Amino acid sequence: MATTVIPAQPISRPTNYLTNGFTLKSWLLTTDHKRIAILYLISVTLFFFLGGFFAMLIRLELLTPQGDLMHADSYNKVFTAHGMIMVFFFLIPVVPAILGNFLVPLMIGAKDLAFPRINLLSWYLYIVAGGIMIHVLLNGGVDTGWTLYSPFSTQFSNTNVIEAGIAIFIVGFSSIFTGLNFIVTVHRMRAPGLTWSRLPLFIWAQYATSLIMILGTPVIAITTVMLAVERLFHLGIFDPKLGGDPLLFQHLFWFYSHPAVYIMILPSMGVISELITCFSHKRVFGYKIVALSSIAIAVIGFLVWAHHMFVTGISLYAALIFSFITFFVGVPSAIKVFNWTATLYRGSISFATPMLYAFGFIGLFTIGGLTGLFLASLGVDVHVTDTYFVVSHFHYVMVGGVVMGYLGGMHFWWPKISGRMYPEGWAKLSALFVFVGFNLTFFPQFVLGYVGMPRRYWQYPPEFQVLNVLSTAGASVLAVGYLLPMVYFAWSLRYGPIAGPNPWNAAGLEWKTASPPPTFNFDETPVVTWEAYNYDEIEPKLEDGGIR
Amino acid sequence: MSEHEHVTSRAFSIALGIGLLVLTAITVKAAFINLGAFNPVVALLIATVKATLVVLFFMHVKGASEKLTSVVVISGFFFLAILLSLSLADYLTRSWR
Amino acid sequence: MSDSHATAVDTAESHPQLRHHFANMEQQKNTASLGMWLFLVTEIMFFGGLFCAYLIYRLMHFNAFAAASQQLDIKWGAFNTAVLLVSSVTVVLAVRAAQDGNRKQLVGYLVITVLLGLTFLGVKAIEYKEKFEKHHVPGPTFAFTNTFDDNGKQIPVNPKEAELFFSLYFAMTGMHALHMIIGCGLFSVLAVLAWKGHYSPGYYTPIENAGLYWHLVDIIWIYLFPLLYLISRHS
Repeated sequence: MATTVIPAQPISRPTNYLTNGFTLKSWLLTTDHKRIAILYLISVTLFFFLGGFFAMLIRLELLTPQGDLMHADSYNKVFTAHGMIMVFFFLIPVVPAILGNFLVPLMIGAKDLAFPRINLLSWYLYIVAGGIMIHVLLNGGVDTGWTLYSPFSTQFSNTNVIEAGIAIFIVGFSSIFTGLNFIVTVHRMRAPGLTWSRLPLFIWAQYATSLIMILGTPVIAITTVMLAVERLFHLGIFDPKLGGDPLLFQHLFWFYSHPAVYIMILPSMGVISELITCFSHKRVFGYKIVALSSIAIAVIGFLVWAHHMFVTGISLYAALIFSFITFFVGVPSAIKVFNWTATLYRGSISFATPMLYAFGFIGLFTIGGLTGLFLASLGVDVHVTDTYFVVSHFHYVMVGGVVMGYLGGMHFWWPKISGRMYPEGWAKLSALFVFVGFNLTFFPQFVLGYVGMPRRYWQYPPEFQVLNVLSTAGASVLAVGYLLPMVYFAWSLRYGPIAGPNPWNAAGLEWKTASPPPTFNFDETPVVTWEAYNYDEIEPKLEDGGIR
Repeated sequence: MSEHEHVTSRAFSIALGIGLLVLTAITVKAAFINLGAFNPVVALLIATVKATLVVLFFMHVKGASEKLTSVVVISGFFFLAILLSLSLADYLTRSWR
Repeated sequence: MSDSHATAVDTAESHPQLRHHFANMEQQKNTASLGMWLFLVTEIMFFGGLFCAYLIYRLMHFNAFAAASQQLDIKWGAFNTAVLLVSSVTVVLAVRAAQDGNRKQLVGYLVITVLLGLTFLGVKAIEYKEKFEKHHVPGPTFAFTNTFDDNGKQIPVNPKEAELFFSLYFAMTGMHALHMIIGCGLFSVLAVLAWKGHYSPGYYTPIENAGLYWHLVDIIWIYLFPLLYLISRHS
């Protein structure tokens, strides 16, 4: 870049984004995408543990067949709180708003996102919505389930449905602004020479995610408006007595909320693509097809929503079409899994913690995805609808997939974010806890669902107890696995070894600047002359203790 | 790209505005003629022509320096069409309605 | 041109509106424009949910929708359509004046646009008032006794279904009117800034983007008018 002449800084110490101002104001009014990512990291983590708290309440209640910890009403509110917080305040923003915010400009060699102030606005919207959500919980919660199905939500529920709807509406716009920002940034802000075919796969995944955010989220926004208006003025939009159709709510709801599943999983898939290729020290197998499969998932994801409604009385013909198209989503997802596996072949693999999470992701996502195909089949779906089989299926994708990808990514980019290495031994131990705890929690639920335990009940027949106890025990192990990284990440901020710009010998622009990066990311705008993942040109790092 | 590039001249914009008003008049007239099932078709067709003219000329999509803008517009309407058509796929084929 | 990072670099001295993270004014302008277009796509999907509900219920309850639609005043609807179309022309002329650096014309067209927008809202208010008087506002006071005239044959309609039409009527036109109010506010601010000389042929992106927004709101009305006012008028 023909430099705009900046007068020499009087400070001798090189400043990075963390040391560029220490006041609260310098954080709360920042437009630096990296600082906003940190703001998100803190707030999303808080909501994760809040949602996790409700998860623990659910598991504790289900430890015994009787409803002895809480009443049925409270149980309804607890699983609703768990669902709403985890979906809208954790899973949807977690990877885009934290890792995406931090990495998108770094990976494409830009100084910032295209609209830095809108980026900050989106964090404030998240906080406002989160505040409303907490207010809802303190005022007795909501008992509709996170799906807010009409007519229960519009006519019968006596809880704060409208307020929860407002929270979802606002947090939706937070997500829209993030997506809009990413798309424009990828189009307009790439460094010279960084063509589309040289973009990191993480960027492709974020781009595909952003498409869904932009196209899907407005529909849930207007749907919550209709819901609120109907509840408030007793209109009949979803009320069959007044000429409406409650299924329309489900159509509109799932038009967003099914693609929203891909908002959650696609960014994590992007993370896994980065991890697999870095720790195999080999260019990803089939770059183009992996990149395009993200877009394909985003588009096909919009065509399958009514598979959530097979038993609601929708037309059989429509059900057939939706079932058929649902199988197609499996294709690009499988392409990714096969390409990751093929990348490993003859790679120089090291088993650092991020790679452990990547392996965990591949296995668990495959189980989650394949059981998704069971559910896409009309006949099987009728048998297991609203059972723990479904619960287990989507937790395998959401927790086994999204959270594994997120934790893998956090470990991978923590040296870039903080400038310090985390303690590898503790990290491996915690990855083990997460993997074991996760499977112990959710695998029994497949069995429970298949033998007929319905979801959303606070008590169950005694013969289901053994499996439920296993599940609760697993959840406790999982909780330890989630708490450990909090501790050692915090510890590493002060005591971790200095990471240096590129501790993994990874390809990618984000590793070519300092750790932590300076406020405007690069001292000079980089010019890209190489293909993505040119690992054959990078010396592998041998002293990291990995197995070759 | 010149900053003074005019995609449409002033006279053209005004003429187009008048054309859109005429189309509005035609829509109203057509609504009062019994075309059977084609009444809504005609009304929506005219609306689409009007909307297309606004997008192409008032919003300068025609003559834009890159195709991206058209892609964005088309994808917006494409996904709206998905929402409408796949919802209808259910409502139009229900056996119990 | 490529949509990527442009090579020429402008400096903050020559372009005071250039923000730090862009290389030049062209990149900044293209960025803002793409952002606006994507926002418009979210608007299409936002209204799309309402259009979807409308479409399904119209197919389900056609007679009631037609009977209810015939209670709307086609003259006001057509008049408002014309007002919006004219305002779209004035917006185009405003953008053009901005391109030419003609400050007085720019302010003039912006003010006319706002006035046309307010006219639209005024007519909408008259129509809403009429709905109140005729008890066509959904809710406990709602009453609907009209029948559907099928070529001379009077078919009674379920008032609940007519009420559903009016629910959608108020939801759709109300949401549209909200966008009009925002647009009027936006153009008022822009008119003041234009009067103060904020815009030049080298920098008028806000005018252009507000114009795009206004056109989209116009397009939504172009569809709302036949869908709400013109159902089965021939009978």
